[in-house]
Amino acid sequence: MNWTVRLTVNGEPRTLALDDPRVTLLDLLRERLHLTGTKKGCDRGQCGACTVLVDGRRINSCLTLAVSLDGAAITTIEGLAQGDQLHPVQEAFIAHDALQCGFCTPGQIMSAVGLISEGHAGDDPERVREGMSGNLCRCSAYVGIVEAVLDAQDKLTGKTERAA
Amino acid sequence: MNRFDYVKPASVAEAIAAASAPGAAYLASGTNLLDLMKGNVVRPARLVDISHLTELTRIEHRENGDVRIGALVRNADLACDQSFARDFPAIAEALLSGASAQLRNAATVGGNLLQRTRCAYFFDPASGCNKRTPGAGCDAREGDNHQHAVLGWSEACIATNPSDFCVPLAAFDAVVEIEGPAGRREIALEALHLLPGSTPERETVLDPGEIIVAIRLPAEARAFARHARYLKVRERNSYAFAVVSAAAGLVIENGTISHARLALGGVAAKPWRAREAEALLAGQPAGPSAFQQAAAAALRDARPSGDNAHKIPLARSLIVRALAAAAQGTPSRMPALPASPFSSVPGVHQ
Repeated sequence: MNWTVRLTVNGEPRTLALDDPRVTLLDLLRERLHLTGTKKGCDRGQCGACTVLVDGRRINSCLTLAVSLDGAAITTIEGLAQGDQLHPVQEAFIAHDALQCGFCTPGQIMSAVGLISEGHAGDDPERVREGMSGNLCRCSAYVGIVEAVLDAQDKLTGKTERAA
Repeated sequence: MNRFDYVKPASVAEAIAAASAPGAAYLASGTNLLDLMKGNVVRPARLVDISHLTELTRIEHRENGDVRIGALVRNADLACDQSFARDFPAIAEALLSGASAQLRNAATVGGNLLQRTRCAYFFDPASGCNKRTPGAGCDAREGDNHQHAVLGWSEACIATNPSDFCVPLAAFDAVVEIEGPAGRREIALEALHLLPGSTPERETVLDPGEIIVAIRLPAEARAFARHARYLKVRERNSYAFAVVSAAAGLVIENGTISHARLALGGVAAKPWRAREAEALLAGQPAGPSAFQQAAAAALRDARPSGDNAHKIPLARSLIVRALAAAAQGTPSRMPALPASPFSSVPGVHQ
């Protein structure tokens, strides 16, 4: 049996035929659409490396069946930049040296984009740390990650100077 | 992951018909079920995907003061519903102390009620587990059991229920609305989960094909909104299951407690309502003496099931802390670290 899944991936409508309902959104992105920016870390919802936006909300793509997402809009790390112009969160991660090996970085950035649009953290580093706790970094670049999230949030919300 | 038949019913009635077949399981967001399937811990023959049933996604604030939460409301959406968080702050705090932001964005409230234990032996198909395979024995009894149950456990099973959400739901008399092949019924949340006894494979009172369609909070529970907290001790301060947790709600009139609610998490196979402790608190001044008596009463029947005797005094201390925090008053804003006993809320960090 085949299942048809219609998705909008990074703004592009896609109609996909699945011959197996076991395919996760993560495997669909990586193996079928060759969007390998989304990383497979634990594949069990514990590390956050596979974080993408589904209808604007950050989720773990490893714990989502693609077949159940018919009609959804997916944004991956490949969909953030506008041509050569990086997204403010991507720029901030570079500026604040918020990575070492880089494996968790696409998930960290997608999670940060989600966190900023949720709008609950404000300029409190503790709330940013709590809001980003679903993304593990084995290189422990956490200090730079928090700085990058706060900086990008300032730019995205039009705030130029952040209170200490 | 095993192969399965995937069906997408158009209504709750169709879903119930499809899920009444042997080996069928409901799929909401799948944050727990897919994890278990990837580990071959559960192997459903059929998944009945209900995730698109919008009739189950509403939060209704009713005229009589009740709040009815559709089973497919996402954890994050309920916690961030301003009206809900104002009326039931301890429930919002419990939700926000669970899992990660990504998981809370996906996971549903109905699924939360039915999530499985995180006992490592249950998760490991190579281990003996009476819950996974009745009669296989319990490897946790002689294994790494420092996080296991201290109340209501049996020789057959010492696993705990991992839910944070269920703890204040039990404290505040939540009702679970169920539909199934035999019609509609509702039960107290407190009566949903079963203690293990000799049948730990049976975790809830749900019959085959039955589905949780909503969770309802009674208007009376709002009386505790000014003095309600959920506190949770974890091995790390975010994105971890409870070692022990406590939901506390008080109504205080001129310094005296008129009504009290108390429930514990992480201690048993179900959220543990401490009714005797509640009765002791009523009529007493809101202070350490009453809180300590309540804590002692709540853990009176506790006994270690392994290397976990520490959870008993830990639970007592947490109860005292949670009651003190509730007495002090619900914070005007959700703490930066929800449910943390190490929060910077004045007076809570003692």
